[in-house]
Amino acid sequence: MHEVSKTSIVSVCKLGSRTPRPSGLHTFEPPSHFWVDAVEIPAASASTPSDLSRLAPLVDQLRQRFPTDRLLTQPAQLAPYESDGLTAFRVHPGGVVLVQDASEVVTVVRLCHEHGVPFVARGSGTSLSGGSLPVAGGLVIALNRMNRVLDYQPRSQTIVVEPGVVNQQVSRHVAQDGLYYAPDPSSGPVCTIGGNVAFNSGGAHCLKYGMTANHVLGIKAVFPDGELVELGGRSHETAGADLAGMFVGSEGLFGIALEIVLRLLPLPERFHTVLAAYDSLEKAGDAVASVVASGLLPGAMEIMDKLAIEASEQAVHAGYPTGAAAALIVELEGPEEEVAAEIPRLDAIMQASGAYELRVAKSAADRMNIWKGRKGAFSAVGRLSPDYIVQDGVVPRSRLGEALAEVQRLSARYGLRVANVFHAGDGNLHPLILYDGRIEGQLHQAELLAGEILRMCIRLGGSITGEHGVGVEKLEFLPEMYGEAEMELMNRVRQTIDPQELANRGKLLLSASDVGKQSHAPHPLESAGVISRA
Amino acid sequence: MQHSIPSAELGPRGQAMADAVSSCVHCGFCLPACPTYQVLGEEMDSPRGRIFLMKDVLEDRLPLEQALPYVDRCLGCLGCEPACPSGVQYGDLITSFRAHSERKRSRTFFDRLMRQVVLQTLPYTARFRWAARLGKLASFTSPLLPHRLSNMLAMLPAQLPPSEQLPEVTPAIGPRRARVALLAGCAQQVLAPQINRAAIELLSRNGVEVVVPQAQGCCGALAAHTGADRLAMEAARKNLRAFPGDINAVVTTAAGCGSGMHEYPLWLKGTQEEAQAHALASMTKDVCVFLAELGPVGFAPLADPLRVAYHDACHLAHGQGVREQPRQLLQMIGNLELVEVPDREFCCGSAGTYNLEQPEVATELGERKAAAIVSTEAQAVATGNIGCMVQIENHLADAGRCLPVKHTIEWLADSCLDGHGSE
Ligand SMILES: Cc1cc2nc3c(=O)[nH]c(=O)nc-3n(C[C@H](O)[C@H](O)[C@H](O)COP(=O)(O)OP(=O)(O)OC[C@H]3O[C@@H](n4cnc5c(N)ncnc54)[C@H](O)[C@@H]3O)c2cc1C
Ligand code: SF4
Ligand code: SF4
Repeated sequence: MHEVSKTSIVSVCKLGSRTPRPSGLHTFEPPSHFWVDAVEIPAASASTPSDLSRLAPLVDQLRQRFPTDRLLTQPAQLAPYESDGLTAFRVHPGGVVLVQDASEVVTVVRLCHEHGVPFVARGSGTSLSGGSLPVAGGLVIALNRMNRVLDYQPRSQTIVVEPGVVNQQVSRHVAQDGLYYAPDPSSGPVCTIGGNVAFNSGGAHCLKYGMTANHVLGIKAVFPDGELVELGGRSHETAGADLAGMFVGSEGLFGIALEIVLRLLPLPERFHTVLAAYDSLEKAGDAVASVVASGLLPGAMEIMDKLAIEASEQAVHAGYPTGAAAALIVELEGPEEEVAAEIPRLDAIMQASGAYELRVAKSAADRMNIWKGRKGAFSAVGRLSPDYIVQDGVVPRSRLGEALAEVQRLSARYGLRVANVFHAGDGNLHPLILYDGRIEGQLHQAELLAGEILRMCIRLGGSITGEHGVGVEKLEFLPEMYGEAEMELMNRVRQTIDPQELANRGKLLLSASDVGKQSHAPHPLESAGVISRA
Repeated sequence: MQHSIPSAELGPRGQAMADAVSSCVHCGFCLPACPTYQVLGEEMDSPRGRIFLMKDVLEDRLPLEQALPYVDRCLGCLGCEPACPSGVQYGDLITSFRAHSERKRSRTFFDRLMRQVVLQTLPYTARFRWAARLGKLASFTSPLLPHRLSNMLAMLPAQLPPSEQLPEVTPAIGPRRARVALLAGCAQQVLAPQINRAAIELLSRNGVEVVVPQAQGCCGALAAHTGADRLAMEAARKNLRAFPGDINAVVTTAAGCGSGMHEYPLWLKGTQEEAQAHALASMTKDVCVFLAELGPVGFAPLADPLRVAYHDACHLAHGQGVREQPRQLLQMIGNLELVEVPDREFCCGSAGTYNLEQPEVATELGERKAAAIVSTEAQAVATGNIGCMVQIENHLADAGRCLPVKHTIEWLADSCLDGHGSE
């Protein structure tokens, strides 16, 4: 299978999922029936009948190898695996295997391949785009128990972990040596390195240090046909094509990562964290542009708007300026001298930015508190509204102010509240569209609004996803971002690696059989008559 | 999360259950905080998974019996509540769901027997005393007894302290600064009567008059958390009548009882007594909170330096949000070096009757907690709940470390000066 030329794989990785992604597309029309609410996908119809008939013999085989408490098949055992962080979709899996080591994963993948049964890897199930949504009649391979550190070399600043290790555990493990793992998604206390790798996850501090892809040196993985491969290695520089880079961001389509070699960084000697309050979102956006224009490269620049501040304050009581139209967090970090030299420059910019309140974190606890407020913001919005859509899109940094004003206009026009939380430094917006699913028609309005925001991102030259991935949610939109040639290339790589489309079927790329009929068409599951609006 | 729970058909607590489900956004932030998820590593045994299961049962999509093993394995430790950014009131959901399901579930004969034994003895001081004595007598037969029962017997101390009657009124020493009523608790009063004695002494030395209303009974938490809602309501009503109004606070010394009394409004939701329950709950304070607010007179230093690990009882830390006050007070004692236990927010596995119902998980958690305490090289332990004290003491002993484990109040009372500055 590995006859695919290395260059094509690499170019896919470059095209694939790094952010922010430019796009040359001008026309963009999201399918109108795209977001569906708590759509249930019944096992019998979502998979082909042959999938289901293949499942039983596979389960029989698995039973011989796994104790009953690690091979879940009862309805009550499967129900909690039906959704990830995107509860709009539920799929009842055929079974869940709780694996404990790499050899078990390989066994399961090989058996799936042998029986032609699709499988989905699952870390902590925090994906916001339906990435770990099961395939009906398929298997979920739960990796959360594979949470060992396999090797740690503080001197060469590398660590080898199993995929189920939780993001923040890595930093905890190496802190005693003055090191840390830089990518810091808000879900860091929960999400796994395996999930981070699959989604090329980012966080507030990726502004300075890059996303997951920049911190993965090597991956040992099992391809969907059961073949074990080692991509990249332990060395900080590699020769040849960046195969590990290809795997990162492939949303589980290329198989399952079993061991991941991560690059560690020395803990910054000093932080300087400023929280600024503004009476308009534009001013906050412009402040970000001024910081960037000055040539400073802060570790993070994050904006929260009024609603997000309100929600987060209720949850965390971090002392955010309630009543402000926007709060901007700017954090300088790095070696003592460098930060000391940058502080006066940043101060001058912030003073001139029109902030009506400026607060500098005075202690480590103060800083933690500010970040806790930011990182809990998504879930905290659950306090303001029974339902919301987390949108994730990118606009060029220079057009941030414009984008925010547009989001505000759209929000007013639709009469729906939109809370904004975003990585301002890289133009990655996270508008949270608040609605109440019990009110007739509101969901539909929210969907339309979400679509308009994506349309805006594309129009401004941005991307339909910054870090939450395409998953199931934006499957239909990917072809809108890329040209036919690029889509074709991605599909070719996928076909080469996984001709049966067993790994994470239904995510990121449409099935080969559906390619060509995707644009502006209903969701493929919808065309199949499987899903409909609740 | 969207749901179609018929809340109106589910009685007065239906709305509380529906609200909890509705505010859950399935983000998984609660997973690292949940001891059962950490031990068992499966989604059904996580808060998020349990919410999903309870929702499915309430929506009539999933038979109750199938969900019960996972719901039953919930410690009720509430570790998930402070971890949840979305503010899901998990405690309201699980307590209400347990009451709801108790009426529908079928239990084996042995299960029913165990349940009745527990519910009819533990909450009653006199009965519990007798049962404990009998239990110890019977313990030579324990290899023949079912594992769950022998586990319970192993928890009992070798020798029960003599029974004690608490004075109805203890005057303040020095000028009176406040007047409080003390909830005596039931099992604690049998197993460790010195705790309430210490509390009364400490309070009175601090200028507080302490009343022990004689008509009070068990707080009802045990019943409420095992789904026996009628018993719980009865207990709450009894205490509503028993506690006087002319006091500054109702003071509790067991974390579980304090958090139980804070739940009275939930238990009595939709009844005539709901408002009264709110009033009583808002007056109820853990003894450390009350003392920290009052400002203690002062403490004498320990004779020698001592490293003491503070263990957060779940029903203090998560249930009542009380984390800092006990630490502040203990740190006022000279020569006492307070150390933090790694993973301090994790339950020790005691959790009411959990030891009896889920011995495997309880044992695993107890071992982990003991190991965490041992890693701090502490020489002694302080905590605010009798259940935790017993569990930790036993597991430390199993790990070969027989450290003194005392209630926070005992540490404080032992060093307490009085209004006149004398010990
Ligand atoms: C409140 C909240 C905040 C969030 N904030 C951020 C943020 O700031 N930045 C960000 O980037 N994301 C964020 N996310 C999204 C999510 O946390 C990330 O996508 C995360 O990387 C998912 O990790 P997980 O372990 O939960 O993976 P899962 O959800 O279990 O899986 C995600 C995908 O990875 C695949 N996968 C899992 N393990 C492997 C493996 N070993 N090999 C191959 N494929 C695998 C799965 O099949 C699935 O497609 C947030 C989510 C929530 C709920
Ligand atoms: S943290 Fe709260 S909202 Fe998130 S899954 Fe857990 S209970 Fe639900
Ligand atoms: S109460 Fe404790 S055991 Fe139960 S779900 Fe919450 S954290 Fe887990």
